[in-house]
Amino acid sequence: MLARDAWLELRGRAVFWLSATVLLVASAMAAFPGLFAALGPNERCDLRMSKRGPQAGALFGYDLQGCDYWSQVVHGTRASVVVGVAVTVFALLIAIVLGLVAGFYGGLADALISRTTDVFFGVPFVLGATVVLVAFPDHGMWAMTLVLVLLGWTTMTRLMRGQVIAIKHMDYVAAARMLGASDRRLMVRHILPNAVAPVFVVAMLNVGNVIAGEATLDYLGVGLQYPDVSWGLQLNTAQTFFAEHPHLLVFPALFLTATVLSFLMLGDVVRDALDPRLR
Amino acid sequence: MRYAARRLAQAVPVFVVTTFLIYTMVFALPGDPMLALAGDKPVPEQVLAVMRQRYHLDEPLLVQYGHYMLGVFRGDLGETFTGQPVSELLQDRWAVTAQLALTAWVFELVVGIGLGVLAGLRRGGAADTAVLAGTTFVIAVPVFVVGYTAQIVLGLNLGLFPTAGTDDGWPGSYLLPGMVLGSFGLAYVARLTRTSLVENLRADYVRTATAKGMVRRRVVGLHALRNSLIPVVTYLGVDFGNLMAGAVVTEGIFNLPGIGQQVFQSIQLQEGPVVVGVVTLLVMVFIAANLAVDLLYGVLDPRIRRARA
Repeated sequence: MLARDAWLELRGRAVFWLSATVLLVASAMAAFPGLFAALGPNERCDLRMSKRGPQAGALFGYDLQGCDYWSQVVHGTRASVVVGVAVTVFALLIAIVLGLVAGFYGGLADALISRTTDVFFGVPFVLGATVVLVAFPDHGMWAMTLVLVLLGWTTMTRLMRGQVIAIKHMDYVAAARMLGASDRRLMVRHILPNAVAPVFVVAMLNVGNVIAGEATLDYLGVGLQYPDVSWGLQLNTAQTFFAEHPHLLVFPALFLTATVLSFLMLGDVVRDALDPRLR
Repeated sequence: MRYAARRLAQAVPVFVVTTFLIYTMVFALPGDPMLALAGDKPVPEQVLAVMRQRYHLDEPLLVQYGHYMLGVFRGDLGETFTGQPVSELLQDRWAVTAQLALTAWVFELVVGIGLGVLAGLRRGGAADTAVLAGTTFVIAVPVFVVGYTAQIVLGLNLGLFPTAGTDDGWPGSYLLPGMVLGSFGLAYVARLTRTSLVENLRADYVRTATAKGMVRRRVVGLHALRNSLIPVVTYLGVDFGNLMAGAVVTEGIFNLPGIGQQVFQSIQLQEGPVVVGVVTLLVMVFIAANLAVDLLYGVLDPRIRRARA
């Protein structure tokens, strides 16, 4: 019922449609870059065209290596979207399992999980990620994903645990227990569906944050490396030249911002739709 | 008091495990620092042995960590592999980062709460819409893009602020970097204040106060705002640690010689002792801030104090 109400509410919001459209386009670019860009990544680059601005035949101009910037930026979509979504999905799974166990059983399990969460919560993001990534220099997208999951599962786990604790004392849970439901059934069938909504909202906002974090690591030079193509790497290159060649900074920044912004706005409207108190 | 003691007891293992984790990660960096120090020249085995012993590199990791922690509590952060004390190396840099983080923090606190109250008091109004749209945008733009744009537009083109370095001292050199560093947190603080204030303005106690004839300014200022600021205080406390740790990027853009820059160089040069020293101190700041917030919580809201006792 809640989902239906939420959908009715969402349907009328322009922000929802706007961000959904942007995300659909971004996903399409990530999955089928060939549909949008004529050239492959790092293909047919001409050093003589290095850093030239937008002109006929090259809508976004050329990058440092003289590659068509529009194609490069389109191909950069995949790294951001895949890392952002994958990190959030894995972190969400960890959060749901650990949050359920900690919140439901309490006691020693809770203490262990909560203290572990505290430990990882205390590791500063940029520095922690940099240390790990420098320790394993030959990392690709999946190693980045692993590092970002490792540093990013704590907030959702805390939230999930709090939700479970609030819900497990409800009468309907006691009723199900009295009817002989097993612990697992209680957790999965009765508590989970009612506890997970706010966690989903935070997850949606989290995709945006992860994408920004991944770009920051690329920008610092410890994330993905050439010949990988990503917005963060493009911005890394742009920092030296952008006073004279602003297009190098503007286009990847624009794409990056639009994607992150859409995830944040989507999370916001979904939260509003799910939370009738704010209506 | 018992609550405070319990919180403190919980913080100790977290501190130990976090620092140990970082210690392990840093010293798991590939390469032998002693050989790296020697460069291309061959080094006699005896020299290597003496050096390894001096830096406890020949002992198990746990013992090394123990030695290190004992040193930290005596104020000794160890030496770099070239023999310079780490604490000396960081002395001036800490001041730079602390000034930067503090500037950003004050900016967050004052402007963030101000905007949040402005928006929350007139929910749905023009100011509210503007604040919501503006803060979402600020959260979405990565901090290094904000930094470069601000540096070029406000610093270089308009000449309002110095563009880089610390020549103008505090506050001149730190205003623009501080605003850039604090922009993300500012957006969060503003949104948090707004939401919290909106919720509290609907609470029964606000209605009661209004019904009793209290003027609106007193209702908002004395009752609603005070309760609304509890989650904001939490965020501000935790965020101070984030600002210190997150200064790497901002320091890089504005060329401020702080710990962020130092630690970033050191990671790439495999200067383990410096990295561990900085991160250990940062984790201390982080945990202390968390602890302070939790204790402050109890002071601000008696309900929390009683529920937890």
